[in-house]
Amino acid sequence: MDTLNILLMGFISVVLINNLVFTKFLGICPYLGVSGRIDMAFGMGMAVTFVVTLSGTLTWMIDHWVLMKLGLEVTRYVCFILVIAGAVQLVEMYMRKFFPSLYDSFGIFLPLITTNCAILGLCLFLTLWGIESLLDAAVRSFGAGIGFTMAICIMAGIRENLNLADVPACLQGAPITLITAGLLSLAFMGFAGMIR
Amino acid sequence: MSNSRQAKPALYSQTLLAGLWRENPTLRLLLGMCPTLAVTAAVKPALTMGCCVIFVLVCSNIIVSLMRDLLKPHVRILMFTLTIATFVTIADLILKAFQPEMSETLGPYVPLIIVNCIIICRAEACASKNGLVISIIDAVGMGVGFTLTLCVLASIRELLATGAVFEIQVLPLARDGGWFVQWAAMGMPVGAFITLGLMLGLVNIVTGKKT
Repeated sequence: MDTLNILLMGFISVVLINNLVFTKFLGICPYLGVSGRIDMAFGMGMAVTFVVTLSGTLTWMIDHWVLMKLGLEVTRYVCFILVIAGAVQLVEMYMRKFFPSLYDSFGIFLPLITTNCAILGLCLFLTLWGIESLLDAAVRSFGAGIGFTMAICIMAGIRENLNLADVPACLQGAPITLITAGLLSLAFMGFAGMIR
Repeated sequence: MSNSRQAKPALYSQTLLAGLWRENPTLRLLLGMCPTLAVTAAVKPALTMGCCVIFVLVCSNIIVSLMRDLLKPHVRILMFTLTIATFVTIADLILKAFQPEMSETLGPYVPLIIVNCIIICRAEACASKNGLVISIIDAVGMGVGFTLTLCVLASIRELLATGAVFEIQVLPLARDGGWFVQWAAMGMPVGAFITLGLMLGLVNIVTGKKT
């Protein structure tokens, strides 16, 4: 019961309170780039969720079971980025072989995920938060992906309606998206008091 | 031959100036948004972050430029990332040793320089195609352009959030008998998003860009 409670708390905290996009500013580039249409945004979100769960769990295992045992924490960043690049490559190959239609719909997004700061950011935050168990790390990684998907889908929904609005010429495109994101993050601050 | 030698100084200064304004990474190319938003709550961390980025950018551009003939297309990005990751580790260790407090404040955003699009973009677009000198000049121009943008954004936010710039009190605070009431929201994520959005709008007005 206690473990379940901790896992649930961890999940909610990473989805709503420590949402990677709104409070940690991670993954802003794809957030600005692909949030134009809701189906593309959802595809991107799903791809990120998959990779972040895989790489978050893998990097936690490598960090705790190899690097810390051998005292090689200095090489942490190099190892993390290698694991992420490898995971993305693996996902790409697997999908091309077994789910060709899904692979085609993801297109350019998959390789781009390697340089998505949300992935590396989450792996580093897992270390920073001092996550002790593998299950907790996996749940939080998954939660981070869900949080990212939620943020990018909300944004895509707003932007589809924004196309019909009369935005001043100088603010069209990225500026209005950033201002909207600001207002959204203000709303998400309301969740801050949920968990002590 | 003599013609190209004459053109060189002009090319150098053009490359340097491109990073400062015409191709300013943050304001014009919209690259490296994550650190721009995350570290600009005050000027000091923004400046430190800028210096780290300049260091990593210059070093990785040098290495990439030197090994540009050895690069194979399919492992190119991986080679760039590994080079950058090595220099970021160096920068992070230096910061931890000499500026422990600042390292604490910046937290994971220093290692996140690895996936900063500016550095990969410059390695790909400039250093892997050009000679050593041009690559270094390009890195310095881009890095300084990035740092200046960061500092401007951070000064606006710090001034409105605390009434101070670079931790020097500029505006008299209301609680000390002055008139300025602090805007706490400016120090929070909201302030970062909205200030950057308005700054980009202002840049669009200045350059007369039509989208």
